[in-house]
Amino acid sequence: MDNEAKLEFKSLAANVAFARVTVAAFASQLEFTLNDLEEIKVAVSEAVANAIIHGYENRSDGVVTITMTAGNGALEVKVSDSGKGIANVKKALEPSYSTDPERMGLGFVFMQSFMDTLHVESAPGKGTTVTMSKAAVTPGVKEPIEH
Amino acid sequence: MDLELELEYRQGALFVRPHGEVDLSVADRFRETLEENLAKNSVSHLVFNLNRVSFIDSSGLGVILGRYKKLAQQGGRVSLVGAQPQVRRILALSGLLTVMPEYSSEEEAIARVG
Repeated sequence: MDNEAKLEFKSLAANVAFARVTVAAFASQLEFTLNDLEEIKVAVSEAVANAIIHGYENRSDGVVTITMTAGNGALEVKVSDSGKGIANVKKALEPSYSTDPERMGLGFVFMQSFMDTLHVESAPGKGTTVTMSKAAVTPGVKEPIEH
Repeated sequence: MDLELELEYRQGALFVRPHGEVDLSVADRFRETLEENLAKNSVSHLVFNLNRVSFIDSSGLGVILGRYKKLAQQGGRVSLVGAQPQVRRILALSGLLTVMPEYSSEEEAIARVG
């Protein structure tokens, strides 16, 4: 049966660590390796940082929502903001695309590399939702338990 | 969140030893502290000792890359030391390891670079 949890917090940088640790704790009910959990933490950190920096342009009065679902041996994480949105999602997903020279344009690269799927939905003026998923074990790979 | 950061300046080399998690919450403070120290010392070699960094994301990497760009323009060098496996993977994936050398210890970084 699917398990689901929802997290809502203010768009404060201090909440980035809270978000990634919470999602990793939720994910640990699945059979992820420690390495997988580290990768999930990086992906969540990037998605939440994007929401704060780009979605809310560093304003602290925004709300970031994370919905986590665990089911069929996989984790799905949705990170949503109601910020300014991304005008050109395709361009934003290109490696090294960044609106800030101090940032590396690696946020989406890490999300893509560390999760199995990444989907970005955005509407200018309305906000952005990043949906990522990762399977804990590849179906069919695990040996059946012998009795 | 506070960043625990140890800095040591010795003969043209600035050793930077951050502790804990380097993400968006500490990136500004990290950048400002480095800028202050780079401004008041004559630094030709910046050594990031990442031995005690348990987590880093692109916000933290951006601070390292930003200082690298600045120092490289002035003919300086930047070295990375002692990254834990999970941090090292991020450094590798970001491409930072292709532009800055990595050493196992601060002593090795100094012996190789000066």
